[in-house]
Amino acid sequence: MTSLSTPPVTADSTRGQEDRIDRIRQAAYRIRRNALDMGEVQGQGYIGQALGVADVLAVVYTDQLRYRPEDPHWPDRDRFLLSIGHYAIALYAALAEAGIIPAEELETYGSDDSRLPMSAMASYTPGMEISGGSLGHGLGVATGMALGLRHLGNPARVFDLLSDGELDEGSTWEAALACAHHGLDNVTAVVDVNALQADGPTAGVLRTEPVVDKWRAFGWHALRVDGNDVAALVDAFDELREHRGSPSVLICDTRIGSGVPLLEGREKAHFMRVEPHEWQIARDQLEEGLSR
Amino acid sequence: MTSTAPRKKLTTSAMIASFADPGQRTSSAPFGHALTRLAHERPEIVGLSADLAKYTDMHVFRDAFPDRFFQMGMAEQVMLGAAAGLAEVGLVPFASTYSVFATRRAYDFLCLDIAEPGLNVNVVGALPGLTTGYGPSHQATEDLAILRGCPNLTIVDPCDSVDIEQAVPALAAAPGPTYLRLLRGAVPTVLDEYDYRFELGKAAELRTGRDVVLISTGLMTMRALQAAARLEADHVDVAVLHVPTIKPLDTEAVLRAARTDRLVVTCENHTVVGGLGEAVASTLAFAGVGTRLVPIALPDEFLAAGALPTLHDRYGLSTDAVVARVKAELGGGAHAPWAADPTPATA
Repeated sequence: MTSLSTPPVTADSTRGQEDRIDRIRQAAYRIRRNALDMGEVQGQGYIGQALGVADVLAVVYTDQLRYRPEDPHWPDRDRFLLSIGHYAIALYAALAEAGIIPAEELETYGSDDSRLPMSAMASYTPGMEISGGSLGHGLGVATGMALGLRHLGNPARVFDLLSDGELDEGSTWEAALACAHHGLDNVTAVVDVNALQADGPTAGVLRTEPVVDKWRAFGWHALRVDGNDVAALVDAFDELREHRGSPSVLICDTRIGSGVPLLEGREKAHFMRVEPHEWQIARDQLEEGLSR
Repeated sequence: MTSTAPRKKLTTSAMIASFADPGQRTSSAPFGHALTRLAHERPEIVGLSADLAKYTDMHVFRDAFPDRFFQMGMAEQVMLGAAAGLAEVGLVPFASTYSVFATRRAYDFLCLDIAEPGLNVNVVGALPGLTTGYGPSHQATEDLAILRGCPNLTIVDPCDSVDIEQAVPALAAAPGPTYLRLLRGAVPTVLDEYDYRFELGKAAELRTGRDVVLISTGLMTMRALQAAARLEADHVDVAVLHVPTIKPLDTEAVLRAARTDRLVVTCENHTVVGGLGEAVASTLAFAGVGTRLVPIALPDEFLAAGALPTLHDRYGLSTDAVVARVKAELGGGAHAPWAADPTPATA
């Protein structure tokens, strides 16, 4: 685990790229493991999405983001906004991996009086920058943070994690226009394209493709990668870090349930049901995957 | 009460018609100038608008501090979201648009991005209530009803330029989110004639009276004061309690005013549903005070387009209408103090 109170690890790092990738993959494994443990507490949840986005979060939290685990309000931190509040389970898993919340606390997920509610709330959880739940909010708040940080001469970056379903919301595109108009190159949007939303496949609910073309037409520097390929994610984030003059977006195609074949193969569901005996199978499969 | 005398029909004129009476003292763009003055002292003050800087007096601030003004385009949702983001990094934003857009169109963003985290964002809504003749698309007749249910939010409905000038620094100083019902352009100057200072969360008794108490907010305080002066000539002694902060309501002052055998009347530039009248009514009911309340407010309707004076007359907000309503409530009859006057005064 890297506490980035020291300068961030970048591509210039002398650490070998292979070590770097391996370190992130280990982190992604632990994030998935954390998410499965939390899912077992509730017996259900957005576990499919959490497994799908774990590699993205691992790259962000162990390789890209500047933060101090012991000081979640450090003014110079990079901000990571979870626009998709129902992905809270995934972010808690990552915050534990990042040392911002204690791993022991994960077992309280979704319980009464827990700091880890089912839907993300900033006032509950250290490291949770905004409250989610109502979709289409994150990028607008990111716009203001980025405008404000730039105005204050603060070089911190603002990341916003959206989902492809969230691209249905008009407010997302209001913010996309604003970021581009104001030249906010301190904004990096990350879109988790799992091609699934509450009522079914995104292609059937409300078509959002071609996603990259849309962002480019809105004036964004857009890249698209396999969001479960750590090496590809690292290359893409490294490139976005160097980009200047316009906001950046990384479109990540992810697989629901990624890393756990039992769940990857299951019929796609927004809110996945997992039987009590399956959690241990899932953990075993996850571990087998890591050793491959 | 409308005058029955025939007269040339008025026209809707500008979208933002001034509601100042002919010859009344006014101040130009008091909000913009007050914000600009404050910004000289407080570098963290920033401004935003959604393509309506020029129409919300924000242009004064924009021109004085171009690097502290953020134009968000005709996009109220991202304007309020971005205002939240600016506050999250330590700035103190004032975000202006029309009240209809701030409340109806972008409420989810005001509620969840600004109010829930309790950020110091000051939302400034122009054309509150019936202050434009452009019809329901621009008449924010229910903005208070929408916002009073929002936790954490402080709501201010100023009477005039004095209120606005004094409210702006108070809103910036308040740690949480606020909503200001903006009066813009040539705004009447009224309250400097009274021993009055705006104090957030406090009502102020502008005049005392034995027969009637008018509990008023916003521009209706100006009308209430005019009505009180008019009624005084008819030997009706009218008190005026100005309630510029709608939420949190100064319940102590309201209860003090309403525990009385005087006629109690609320006056607001807002629908009768969910505004000052109902706030006062619930305050009385919750305290077990059984005083009857007469609400002067806009009807629970989508209002007509037209000239403001016509509409204020028609919907009961004009000084004439207030005077007539009070007289009607007091009861006419031969013994009424004004019975000697066969024709009611008209403005």
